[in-house]
Order: sequence, then C-alpha cells, then structure tokens
Amino acid sequence: MSVARELVSWLRFAWATLTSMRTALILLLVLGIAAIPGSLLPQRPTSPIGVSDYLAANPVWAPWLDRLGFFDVFGSVWFAAIYLLLFISLIGCILPRTAGYLKALRDLPSAPPGSLDRLPGHTAGTAVGTPAVVLDAAEAHLRARRYRVRREADSVSAERGYLRETGNLVFHICLVLTLIGLAWGSLFSFKGTAIIVEGQAFSNTLTQYDEFGAGAAFAPSQLSPFTLKLDDFEVKFETGPVQQGAARDFTAHVTVTDADGATTQQVLEVNGPLSVGSNNVHLLGHGYAPVVTVRDGSGQVAFSGPVVFLPQDANFRSEGVIKAPDARPERLAFEGIFLPTASSSGSGGMVSVFPDALNPQLLVNVWAGPPKAETGAPENVYALDKAGLTQLTKGGGDPLRAGLEVGTTYQLPDGRGSLSFDGWKRWTKLQISTSPGGWLVLVSVMLAVLGMAVSLTVRPRRLFVRVHPETTTTTLSVAGLDRVEGRGGLTDEVAALVAACGLEATLAATDDEEEQ
Amino acid sequence: MTAYYSSLAMVTSAVLYLVAMTMHAAEWASVRTKEPATVAVGTGGTRSDWESYEAAPARTRREDVLGRMGLAITVIAAFTHVLGVVLRGVAAGRAPWGNMYEFVTTSLAIAVLTYLVLALRFGMRWLGLPVTLLLTIGQGLAVTVFYVDVSELMPALHSVWFLIHIIAAATSGAAFNIGGIAAILYLIRSRNEQVGGSGGYLSRLPSAEVLDRISYRFLAFAFPLWTFTVAAGAIWAQYAWGRFWGWDPKETMSLVTWIIYAGYLHARVTVGWKGRRAAIVAIVGLVSFWFNFVGINLLVSGLHSYSGIQR
Repeated sequence: MSVARELVSWLRFAWATLTSMRTALILLLVLGIAAIPGSLLPQRPTSPIGVSDYLAANPVWAPWLDRLGFFDVFGSVWFAAIYLLLFISLIGCILPRTAGYLKALRDLPSAPPGSLDRLPGHTAGTAVGTPAVVLDAAEAHLRARRYRVRREADSVSAERGYLRETGNLVFHICLVLTLIGLAWGSLFSFKGTAIIVEGQAFSNTLTQYDEFGAGAAFAPSQLSPFTLKLDDFEVKFETGPVQQGAARDFTAHVTVTDADGATTQQVLEVNGPLSVGSNNVHLLGHGYAPVVTVRDGSGQVAFSGPVVFLPQDANFRSEGVIKAPDARPERLAFEGIFLPTASSSGSGGMVSVFPDALNPQLLVNVWAGPPKAETGAPENVYALDKAGLTQLTKGGGDPLRAGLEVGTTYQLPDGRGSLSFDGWKRWTKLQISTSPGGWLVLVSVMLAVLGMAVSLTVRPRRLFVRVHPETTTTTLSVAGLDRVEGRGGLTDEVAALVAACGLEATLAATDDEEEQ
Repeated sequence: MTAYYSSLAMVTSAVLYLVAMTMHAAEWASVRTKEPATVAVGTGGTRSDWESYEAAPARTRREDVLGRMGLAITVIAAFTHVLGVVLRGVAAGRAPWGNMYEFVTTSLAIAVLTYLVLALRFGMRWLGLPVTLLLTIGQGLAVTVFYVDVSELMPALHSVWFLIHIIAAATSGAAFNIGGIAAILYLIRSRNEQVGGSGGYLSRLPSAEVLDRISYRFLAFAFPLWTFTVAAGAIWAQYAWGRFWGWDPKETMSLVTWIIYAGYLHARVTVGWKGRRAAIVAIVGLVSFWFNFVGINLLVSGLHSYSGIQR
C-alpha cells in the first residue's frame, strides 16, 4: 500500500516536473542544440554519399558518431526522446492553462488590491458627488473602452486584453495540432519515385516504383489507380555567360488517365505539381536515356530502346549499362557514358561541357559471355553483374572502347554483333505522394502564426478605482497595472479615467513609473 | 546597362556607409561630458515613449555636427542603396532577391530604412554607429564576396511563395539585427552603469533598462514574422517538394534560430528574465540567424543552395 502511494507521489512529482515551464524551456533549448549537428554533419536520409565520404575521411571518431546516431539525427532515439518529452510537457502546460483561462473568462475581474497607492499611475483626490455617481461614471468610461468591469459597493476594477491569453493558447494548441498533423501524415502517407522516359507511361502500382516508402498505417492496396504518360519534357539551360548551364526551366507535358478512365493533358513543372485524385505528382529530376539497338552475332536485334543513364555531374555526364541478355551466341553488355555536349578535356579524356544535348556522344566498353539461365531474380539495371562476362580487349590487352555519335553503329570485333546509337530521349524522375493530414497542418500553422501575433501585440491592463464617501464629496483612489512589459500609456489612461470620475488629475511625483 | 548602374549604386552606398560610420565614430570619440552621477543605476524606466529613447544629456556642437553629418550621409547612402535594389530588380525583370547578393542587399535596405525611421522620427540617433557598422560590413561583403551578375531565376524559385517567403525573411532579419544591436549595446551600457557611468559616448545611449526594452520590442516584432517565414517555407515545400519538412540544413538552422528566440520570449515573458541573461540569449539568436544565413549558404550544400556563388 505504501509502495503504491509512494509510486503515485513519485509520478505526481515527475508529472509536475515535466510539465513545469522550466522543464519545457530546457527541453526546447536542448532540442535546438540537438538539431545543430543534423545541419552540419551529412545525414543518411538526405546525403548517404556525404556520410560515407565523411566516414572514410574521419576513420577514428566518425564511427563513434555513427554509433551515436549523428548521421541520422532526426531519426535517432535521443532526438525522438527529446521531442516526445517536449510534446508531453507542452500538453501538460496547455491543459491547466486552458482550464484557468476558461474560468477567468467566466469570472469577473478580481477585486482591487488592498492598497492602490503602491500601484503604477496611482492618483488620489476628491471628486464632487456620491460614491455611486463617481463609480457610475468610472464604469461607463471603462465599458466604453471595452474593459470588463467588476462593480463593488466601494470600488470598480476593470480588465482588458483577454485576447493575449487567447492568442497564446491558440498558438500552443495549434503547435500541437501541427505536430499531430505531421505525425498523421507520416503514418498514413506514402512517397515513391519513378523514372519515366519520354513516350513511356507510369501506372500507379507498387512494382512500377523505383523507390517506395510508406507510413506504418499505409497498405499498398490503398494506391489509387491512375496512369501518367510522359509525352514530352522541355528543359532550358542558361546559355549566357552568367551562371552558364544553370537550369532555367523544366516543363513536362503529360497525359493523365485517372481512376475513372478520363484522360487529360496536363503540364507538370518544378513549382507546379499535379494532383491526381489524392496523389501529388512532383517533378524531382531529369536526365538522358540514349536510344540504342544491339544486334547479336546472328544479326538478330537483341535489344532496342531507350536506356536510362544516371547523371553524375552538373553537365549531365551520365552513366548506365546496356544489357542484351538474349544476344546469341554470346550475351552482350555495355558499360556506357553519355555526354550531352561532348568535348575532349585537356588530358585527352572526354567530358561534357554543357547540360543540354548539343553534341551527344555515347562511350562504351563491351562485355560478352556465354548465355545465362533466366532465374527471374531482380537485377540492378544501373550496374553490371560481371560474373560470367569477359571484357573485350584490343590487341594490346587494353579494354576495347568505342565512341558513338547519334546515327552511327559500332561493329563489335570477331562478328559478335553491333551497337547502334539511334538517338536519345529525356527522362524525368517523378515523385508520387499523398499528404493526408496536410490540411490540418496548413490550417493549424496559419492559426498558430495568427495566435502568436495576437498574443505578442495585445497587452492586458487592469485599472482600479476605490472610493471613500465624505459628506458631500468622495475621496477616490485610482491606479492601474500592466501585466506585460513594453507597454506605454498607462499614465494617460489612468488620467483619462480620473478625469471621467470628475477629478482633475494630479499625479503623485513618485508614481509616474509606469512600466516596472 | 541597368545592371551596371545598379552595381554602381550599391558600391556607392557601401562607400557612403563607411564614411557615415567614420562620422559616427568621430562623434562617439568627441563626447567630452561626463554623465551626471545621479542618473546612474536603476532609474532608467521613467520615460516610456519612443521619444524618450533619445539620448538625454546636451550635446557639444562638434559632436552634434558629426552626428548630423553621419545621419545625412546615411540618408544619401540609403537612397543609392534602395536605388541599387530597384535597378537590380528592373535589370533582372523580377523581384531582386533570387540569390544571396540580392537577398543581402534587399535585407540591408529594409534595415537601413527602419533605422532612418527610428533615427528621424523617434530620435534613436544613438543607433548610428552600430547600424552603419553593420551596413558597411554587410554591404561591403555583398558587393565584393557575394556579388553575382544578373541572371534568371532557377526553376525552384518560380513561385509566388518566393516573394512571400523571402520578404518575410528579410523583414524579420532586419528586426532581429536591430534587436540584437540593442542587446549588445545593453551589455556595454549596463556594465558602464555598474562601474559608475564614466561618460564618453555611452552616456549618449539610453539607460540600460530602456535598451533592454527596445531589444525586446524588436525581437517580439520579429519573432511572429520569423515564424511566418518558416511556416510559409514549409507550406511552399509541401507544394513544391511534396513534404512540409525535410530537415534540410537551412530548415534545421531556421528551426534552431526559432527555438532560441522562442526561448528568449518565454524566458522573458513567463520566467521574467531581463537584462544580462536575456541579452545574451538574444545575441546567441542573432549569431544563429547569421550562421544560418551566411554559413549554411556557403559551407553546407542543401536545397537552399541558391547563393549563385561559384565555389
């Protein structure tokens, strides 16, 4: 029994500590500090290559950073621990404050403190008329200025600026709602990317995605059916001397067939995503796909069509692999480099000097080997599995290399076949995603900003009048109180109230300190 | 040609800011009066309106002339500066904040206009030296290090959010800087008051208490705007990239900056921190803002790598 009681009291203490403003503040600052390494160190989700470079460059202590999760700060346990604690602490702060606020809204302003003479702007004097007359005048004056007024037999107290706490609470509640919206989104959403070559189509099924990630509560069967055909992709690059080669415009013309079978022509741009049903389609990247035809030793076409090459630098030097597993008598494969604007560099190698295809060239080396049994096992289309293949060489033993221009054909030695470089197409990398809960994030973010602006501009103020009846006149005492700093004009407002009560204001010299 | 005149105007403004800063430095150096001991500690809060932020003791003629010259030159510099920004926009045929150079110059233009309003309308001429120092360094860096020629926008910036997001960032940046300057001056001034207010130009500053409050007012103005900047960025990111938040280095540091200032406001409003501790938090916030602005652009590559500076 006593153990249980002790446990309860300990839990109470833990809850009180966690939900105190001090703890919340410390957690907030710790969150800020914890986020800093995430912006300075390369992070796995955004730049996996940066991480492996960093690991290679710092072999001594980078592995320790890795073990502690510094290369995936925002997915690490300790980061999650901080923000979950903060989240709980925030809720623990909001609930009692909301309750207190709702009570304050129903209640009248509190009665004046015992002595007004220690409050800022305190003024005292004598006015003509009974206390009721004076207080009526004060009350009318205050109500006209949109104060909430509490009238007692010998006093009036008034308060204004309730919206400050409203804004404050709206901000904090909306902050929580924003986080709930984001969490909801990551649970129920999916995000996938697919590379689509001009002229080809994508249909929204799991197998068509190159990368696919979904929240825990998402089932692939929830993918809504639609197809999207990339008709044409236009790219413009800067040709002038300033920032030459920088991207200037990307426009994808697509034909979308939605779930109902309705077909529409649409335009997809970098800042102009498409929405198809509940799916958003974003344009993420682009590149080149050389169109090639591979003939085998028997003269049959073993492969024909565009092959997606992946860009390696800003001028779109692209690498890829052309595979012709059905070539006979030997299967063929080519490791290729596509240069959109080929030019020989100083050292004799070929480089691309501009991202647009002004002088496209395809450089390949050739691999050949005996046919392989079809296993049906998935294979990386961008890498060549060299098991069972031998690289063709020139007479001297150097690897055989060939450079092709558009429209040319390279005959492989010893009648093994040929490779034709027929042309090139562009491909686009599209991201298809859903954002359930997006509206919640949007609305709560906007309300949060609004609430914060209100809470930082509205400045609550209290004013008090107390009277003491004399025979024909009334002695009164007036003062005010600001609950936030940085507000001016209290003296003026007290003076106006004093005047409304029928008393000429004579400020006590010690009391013009209005912002303590 | 327009671009040439824009650059000319920018360089001119940078040089003029330097001249104005020299004037203000001479102004500070020429103060001879010793502050009366009675105005020293703790009684600063007697005046509340903006007017009272004007420096109190009488000025010597020389000091006054130097100060006025500094201010007059800053006015001319601000004119050429704004002209440079406008011409840059005309030359580019778009809003002139598509790269770091344009963003810095626009942001500083907002800062100088704010300062001029404060100095001319509210008598806050004591901001002269620190603000012209900031402008000289900022505008000097802009025309030398950050400069890139006029070019079209990258496709990622073709959006109406571009205008909203950047103008909010530039405005809150200007306010953070003035709030930060006031916090730095607070630290200097309060130390000066502690050792007995030994005069010099520091006696021209408002009391430490008033500086503290000015700092708070600017930061309280800048913070909702910065929140809006981050929120607008997130909404734009959802629209353009399909996610609200992706922990891009710039996003992360913006959040860190936001958290520091959120800490500042809470510490101040709820816990009642004032003075030294609050000023230090405000300065840390300003450092974080500048690091996010300059450091992240130049050191770390991310989705916000828009500086246009060839590395």
